[in-house]
Amino acid sequence: MSDVVLRVKDLQTQFQTRAGVLKAVDGVSFEVGRGRILGLVGESGSGKSVTGYSILGLIEPPGRIAGGEVVLKGKDLTRLRGEAMRQVRGAQIAMVFQDPMMTLNPVLKIGTQMIAAVRAHDKVSRKAARARARDALAKVGIPSPEERLDAYPHQLSGGMRQRVAIAIALLHSPAVIIADEPTTALDVSIQGQILAEVRRLADETGTAFVWVTHDLAVVSSLADDICVMYAGRVVESGPATDVIASPRHPYTAGLLASVPAEHEPGTKLPQVPGSTPSLANLPPGCAFAPRCFKAGPACTTTPPVQQFEDGRTALCHYPIEPVSCQPLSSTSTTYRSAS
Amino acid sequence: MIGFLIQRVLQALMVVIAMSIIVFLGVYAIGNPIDVMIDPASDQALREALIHRYGLDRPLYEQYFVFMNNMLHGDLGESFIYRLPVLSLIWSRFPATLELALTAMMIATCVGIPLGLWSGYKPESLSAKAIMAFSVLGFSVPSFWVGLLLIMTFAVELGWLPSGGRGPTTQVLGMNLSITSLEGWSYIILPAFNLALFKLGLLIRLTRAGTVEVMSSDYVRFARAQGLSESKVVGLHVLKNISIPIVTVFGLELGSTLAFAVVTETVFNWPGMGKLIIDSITVLDRPVMVAYLILVVFLFVLINLVVDLVYGQLDPRIRVKAAS
Repeated sequence: MSDVVLRVKDLQTQFQTRAGVLKAVDGVSFEVGRGRILGLVGESGSGKSVTGYSILGLIEPPGRIAGGEVVLKGKDLTRLRGEAMRQVRGAQIAMVFQDPMMTLNPVLKIGTQMIAAVRAHDKVSRKAARARARDALAKVGIPSPEERLDAYPHQLSGGMRQRVAIAIALLHSPAVIIADEPTTALDVSIQGQILAEVRRLADETGTAFVWVTHDLAVVSSLADDICVMYAGRVVESGPATDVIASPRHPYTAGLLASVPAEHEPGTKLPQVPGSTPSLANLPPGCAFAPRCFKAGPACTTTPPVQQFEDGRTALCHYPIEPVSCQPLSSTSTTYRSAS
Repeated sequence: MIGFLIQRVLQALMVVIAMSIIVFLGVYAIGNPIDVMIDPASDQALREALIHRYGLDRPLYEQYFVFMNNMLHGDLGESFIYRLPVLSLIWSRFPATLELALTAMMIATCVGIPLGLWSGYKPESLSAKAIMAFSVLGFSVPSFWVGLLLIMTFAVELGWLPSGGRGPTTQVLGMNLSITSLEGWSYIILPAFNLALFKLGLLIRLTRAGTVEVMSSDYVRFARAQGLSESKVVGLHVLKNISIPIVTVFGLELGSTLAFAVVTETVFNWPGMGKLIIDSITVLDRPVMVAYLILVVFLFVLINLVVDLVYGQLDPRIRVKAAS
């Protein structure tokens, strides 16, 4: 990938609590290329959302970025402060949040919120800002955008609101959009429409997406690449189709096995035993070892990053051997571009 | 909208009727005003004649209906003491209280909301903690004592401001107001500040609580992710969201300040309605008491109606409910 727009390297985000320092993000690295979609996958508490917030510099005390780099088009965002960071936010890198019911201010019209977003970076007249807001709404497939500008958030459905949020993120044609589980709160048919829209936007505008989610079905149909996170670390990464077809880390394999859609009805659904460990109380060595079916004596020491063919990595002492099997989803719709 | 208004006016009417009965009964229970009004040495015949003249020998329900009937004709009776129609008596005192209450509310709002916003925006800062400590003082120190301190400091020791009374007034819209002249301001500023202190503390805490809550909301985070400046985040997103509780308390406080600025008016010898009602209670001037209390009810109902209408302007979701 020569046209990398966002490179996260060894990112460390920590929270100072009474129980000690919690490493919510512990040495996360990944790259996203122009027009590509990276799926950042993990369970609740794996640090995937915190990674997203860290990239935008939206971590609030007692949290802080303790180390690493977030390089956007050659500029390290972790070094920017105050006004300099504000000028980047929304203009060069934007974010879409999980719950569309909560991300739009209930007492302000859609138009008011969008005009404020336009004018945060471009000194244009209200009229020009409104025209741009209208165009952005049209771009994400919202019918009669002019009328929607005068609507309040509660007058729109959840899917429409999320489209508005995406339109706001797109206002300044940012290089990267961080999407924090934006379709989790929506029903499946709306989710499908939005995913298709996002894929089209990535292909047409060249905007790169970091798609934070716990839903492997979404990632498998949308993302170009995948990073699987566990307890603040990336445990496996690689091209989406390869990772899903042949996971190398036992945790990824466990997640894939527990997707109900791919499971034969009437039999017990396999699941990853146990639950996500508390960050205050991580086991030494590999954090996943207590839940892992392949765990061995070496797992009490920190696992190495294993490099495989095709740019794949796994953070494991005993990675699973590659297998050739059917891709996860042969019948369901795919939003991945043909390339 | 019209339906909502009619509903509210009917509700208000019920409240006023209920209140008039309670007030009438309560005042009746206090005692016979004739005993206070006339010379204890006067003879029984004079006493009987006076009681008959004011209709006090009739049964209570009859007195009540006579009073209500008169009220519907715009006649709230005549003061036993001043020998003046009650309405014009109260009206002559109203502008003084109105300007005092409005000035106090203005001080409380213009100072309290910015301070509250700041202490909610940076809750951990030293300045925020100092503001919160001040706000506790604001509504826990008795206002008569603060009033005396203010007089001691600014009138007696420093001699900058007059110690009490009301300055020269000019006629504006049929009301005698003193805030039109600089000298008038020198009289009003101390009592207004004294009156504002409690509301100031209240508004600071209310604004702070709302700000802390809204600052941690998703839409503020989203606004920051859009690159909105902090002043825009606070001015656009926070202020409008916290305004509903502020407007509620503002309305209630405005009402109670207008009706019950008694302590401050007494300390500063301010010739407002509060002093009138206290004087009337001491001499059992029944018509003034009853009329005043009923007017207060009117005032509260009116302010609440305005507050309800403002809600709809502030939060579109309330508008929808009212319309359906």
